[in-house]
Amino acid sequence: MLQEWLYLAIFLAISLFIPAAAIGAAALLSPKKPSTLKNSIYECGIETVGPARIQFKAQYYLYAILFLIFDVETVFLFPFAVAYNQLLFFAVIEVILFVFVLAGGLAYAWRRGALEWS
Amino acid sequence: MTTMQLIFLITAAVTIFAGVMMVSVRKLLHAALWLILVFFGVAVIFGLLEASFLVIIQIVLYIGAIAILIVFAIMLTQNAIDDTYQTSRRWLVTAVVAVIALAGILLALFTWPQGQALTSTLAGGQQDIAAIGLALLDPEGYLIPFEIASILLLAALIGGIYVGIEHKGEEK
Amino acid sequence: MIFIADPITFITTWLNSVLTGWGIPAIWVQFIMFILGAGLLALGAMIFTIGLIWLERKLGGRVQDRLGPNRVGPWGIFQTIADMLKIFTKELITPVGADKFLYNLAPLLAMAAVLGLWAVIPLSPTVFGTNINVGVLYLIGIGSIGELGIIMAGLSSNNKYALLGGFRAVASLLSYEVPMAITLLIPVMLAGSMGLNDIASAQKVAFIFQAPVAALVFFIAAIAENGRAPFDLMEADSEIVAGFNIEYSGLKFGMYYVADFLHAFTSAMIFATLFLGGWNGPGAEQYPALGFLYLLIKTALVYLLTVTIRFTVPRLRIDQMMAFAWKYLTPLALASLLVTAVVDKAAPAGQGLLRVALLIGANIVLFLIADRLVTLYRKQHEKARKVVSDDRPVPVAIRSTVVEEPEVNS
Repeated sequence: MLQEWLYLAIFLAISLFIPAAAIGAAALLSPKKPSTLKNSIYECGIETVGPARIQFKAQYYLYAILFLIFDVETVFLFPFAVAYNQLLFFAVIEVILFVFVLAGGLAYAWRRGALEWS
Repeated sequence: MTTMQLIFLITAAVTIFAGVMMVSVRKLLHAALWLILVFFGVAVIFGLLEASFLVIIQIVLYIGAIAILIVFAIMLTQNAIDDTYQTSRRWLVTAVVAVIALAGILLALFTWPQGQALTSTLAGGQQDIAAIGLALLDPEGYLIPFEIASILLLAALIGGIYVGIEHKGEEK
Repeated sequence: MIFIADPITFITTWLNSVLTGWGIPAIWVQFIMFILGAGLLALGAMIFTIGLIWLERKLGGRVQDRLGPNRVGPWGIFQTIADMLKIFTKELITPVGADKFLYNLAPLLAMAAVLGLWAVIPLSPTVFGTNINVGVLYLIGIGSIGELGIIMAGLSSNNKYALLGGFRAVASLLSYEVPMAITLLIPVMLAGSMGLNDIASAQKVAFIFQAPVAALVFFIAAIAENGRAPFDLMEADSEIVAGFNIEYSGLKFGMYYVADFLHAFTSAMIFATLFLGGWNGPGAEQYPALGFLYLLIKTALVYLLTVTIRFTVPRLRIDQMMAFAWKYLTPLALASLLVTAVVDKAAPAGQGLLRVALLIGANIVLFLIADRLVTLYRKQHEKARKVVSDDRPVPVAIRSTVVEEPEVNS
């Protein structure tokens, strides 16, 4: 088990290192002539008005919370899926109950209009 | 085993450092990003304990969902955009209370005799996760908590949507 | 082990014996092998993308009745190499006020999130990075690292467009991750394991025949996760303001570009592994090299389909995209999960044809019901929906007055 995680850690480190090395090489090869005009950020051909970090709509938060709930639900169901072959029909009914409660949550979100992008 | 201990010490140091940075950094968004590093450190520690399922939950749920939810929530609140920081000293009391509570829980766990007895190793591989599944759906095991969890999630969902929709109404 | 049957295992066994022969302790031999294997796999995947970009551009050209790249080398095959040489020598511009660390970290995360997927994909019965017991969840977890990269790019670029693009991209990625994760449960359930190699080897009958609806939902969600047309709203190539990566230039932008192409191919490979049987095929167990060939053929078919979709289907609006994920795909994925669980438990034991037939039948019924519901829903909302071409001021009438005016003046 530990070996598999070690392999994954090495793999991720390497897959971070390869693009980093490529960008590093590009930084050496490429010209470096920064100027105020070139580095300035743009917005419809004029200079940016106000700070770049603007306030966001509540819609994003709603999607994030829906995602969080359904992600937790799915993660709860993964052990069920692995153990599925060893389980009885009763367990399937339990899972149906579990899913239905959360499907009710989705229906509520739908009715309240939380799924509409406004 | 010494290599393992070394990795553990480095990870723990990085995690604690990230935690300290998280609470002390001025910009809220940077605090959220330090929090992600804390989550990642915890995931590595779970990995050292060979708890695959917990590692992946830590990454999928905490980094993939909760951290992103926090970033979205920060972008939603107007105040966070100016780099305001706390001026009241009340946080000190909160910190002391939190430390005492954590110490109490840890002490209780270490002195709990059953806590020592639980360290039996599992078969490894798929059987680890199948065992979790069987325990979750066993009526004599954790079936009731499992079903209650769904109701808890439903409550969280409805609460979150209610608050979000109210906010949406104000904006218009 | 014969070289032709299984070249990779042959080479690893040989290398292992050589390294052990030099008196290196076994644990270090393994460590070296890990680094070599991971490095070669990741590097190979990245170099492979050069060919992939050429292929996709050529195919796209053909689909749209163009020639595609045709200048550099025969059939333009060196086009991507020329592009790569050019992008290596482009200046890397950092915008004013950017958060330097996050700004530079974001493209690395985007690339790592795609390369990392290759660690768990079984290329043949014997060649795979690792058959970790949470493989399927690892795919989701790596995806969330990619989302993190996008958020970082949006936040650190100090540009409103990047920020808006990043947040839209992440919101849509999150939305499509839900049906994707739910449909991932079904292969896990049928195989009884989360390891991708276990799932591949469990498919004596490919899972697409046992759960076609889930396969369809996964396929659509995977296209959306790639950010490809018709779901390419998050960073649309053809728009003036591209998205979260507008402030990136040179190879930093190139990383997003490469990651995009590689991700499309990798998702096709994951689809082939989860639903089309991966390396399964006649004789794959005896000759693992043959298994790799089967996987490549299946992947190529799925990939061609995604490319054709990319170049034919028009782009969705953001509200349509979100509605599709939450109001159609998620309920369908949940229903498909429950139907598969119930039918599979109720069906007689064993891997018989009857069980597969029952599952197919249940899936067809499910799909027909879903289709009927969509039709009903559409009829109900037809009148309430705002139609773009409705009740607009007629341009002809306006023009006639405008045209008449100069005449009066003159």
